[in-house]
Amino acid sequence: MVKISFSKSCKKSILYKQIFKEINDLVLDSIPIVSILSFFIGGVVAIQMALNLESPLLSKTLIGFATRQSVILEFSPTFISIIMAGKVGSYITSSIGTMRVTEQIDALEVMGINSLNYLVFPKIIAMLLYPFIITISMFLGIIGGLLAMALTGVPSEAYIEGIQTDFDGYHVTYSYVKTLVFSFVLATVPAFHGYYMKGGALDVGKASTQSFYWTSIIIIILNYIITQLLLA
Amino acid sequence: MIEVKSISKRFEESEVLTEINAHFQKGKTNLIIGQSGSGKTVFLKCLLGLHIINKGEIIYDGKSSNEMSDFDKLNLRREMGMVFQGSALFDSMSVLENVRFPLDMLTSLAKDEKEERALKFIKRVNLQDAINKLPAELSGGMQKRVAIARAVVMNPKYLFCDEPNSGLDPKTAIIIDKLIQEITNEFQITTVINSHDMNSVIEIGENIVFLKDGLKIWQGTNKEILNSGNEQVNDFVYSSELVKKLK
Repeated sequence: MVKISFSKSCKKSILYKQIFKEINDLVLDSIPIVSILSFFIGGVVAIQMALNLESPLLSKTLIGFATRQSVILEFSPTFISIIMAGKVGSYITSSIGTMRVTEQIDALEVMGINSLNYLVFPKIIAMLLYPFIITISMFLGIIGGLLAMALTGVPSEAYIEGIQTDFDGYHVTYSYVKTLVFSFVLATVPAFHGYYMKGGALDVGKASTQSFYWTSIIIIILNYIITQLLLA
Repeated sequence: MIEVKSISKRFEESEVLTEINAHFQKGKTNLIIGQSGSGKTVFLKCLLGLHIINKGEIIYDGKSSNEMSDFDKLNLRREMGMVFQGSALFDSMSVLENVRFPLDMLTSLAKDEKEERALKFIKRVNLQDAINKLPAELSGGMQKRVAIARAVVMNPKYLFCDEPNSGLDPKTAIIIDKLIQEITNEFQITTVINSHDMNSVIEIGENIVFLKDGLKIWQGTNKEILNSGNEQVNDFVYSSELVKKLK
């Protein structure tokens, strides 16, 4: 499917238009939900860290350090991707699946248009901007932690010092490598379930569920493999 | 003109079409008729190239499908228009955008020229007052008319229609049938219509192929079908008590 979607390209002007539309639908429209989730989860992570680091022997800077590590290494790239499997993945599967059920994909094929190139390729390209969402998520997750600590009474200086402690740029690289791999999974697995589905309207819903199921599983397994390869 | 020579189509163990021979004439409305499950849709999809035939050949104006390269097949596809049973209009596009879509995708015409040509065909199907409406805002008959305009906007040599009047009231169904017939005659297209509607058969069946259980049983015109003398054709044509009484 991916090979065909990259071949027999449609007209460039049409593809550019489709890519911008997909950037809007898949990336920009996801920013509000990702922002809200990241901000509040960042706050919760910081509160839970504070709860577990109550000993006076432990520095309060550890709260900022642990929150930063959790958000950058795991929460933003992996768990936001699973949430996106629900939001973006369902959208991709249901929109392509509905086109399949209503013969719109057949109509494209009859016109001599490479339907995979027209429908799937722009989604793969648009999702290359997915790391942009994850950057916002990382930033807001850490800010959420800072605000939660301020409300809890932990000095902001300690939290800010903590998020700067032992910073390793490689962890950010690792996180973005994961994000790029997940962005490809998020574009292609749901598209596959939508494009090759059979049946009627009810089956579009089933295909969306299947798509979320498989996208989540693939993300979790790839998360383990990439972590083993890059961090172990 | 399309000539079909001994084509067979098999899905795994079941043979859906067996040794079909038929011809579809240019500038005429050719109908494929038969009961549900007789193989009409598979036959139409074989003619469109959406299904690959297992045996035989299909000759499009002298060019055999068996001798065509992938490039030739793609070019042939671009000479075909299709009206789907459910219209298959693009939900997010207006009437004008739907009709202009093949021009946008497949031609290098200037924007004004594309607009002009799309409007010409929209006007031809009497939808000039609905150009900015979305498919969801149109009635079933209007959607079919948009689908017809989109199918013929590229001036195709071949037009295929899969049950174009299904789900329409009898009056609208006849309007759609007549519109297809007029466009076929006007632009000298080889039109193949898949139908099981006897009204269509009588109204526009200039060349009719009757299928049953994947076999071609009979071929003739709407003038001949009522007196075909073929038991299976009669069984289909006179399946309604009303038609029997009228006879």
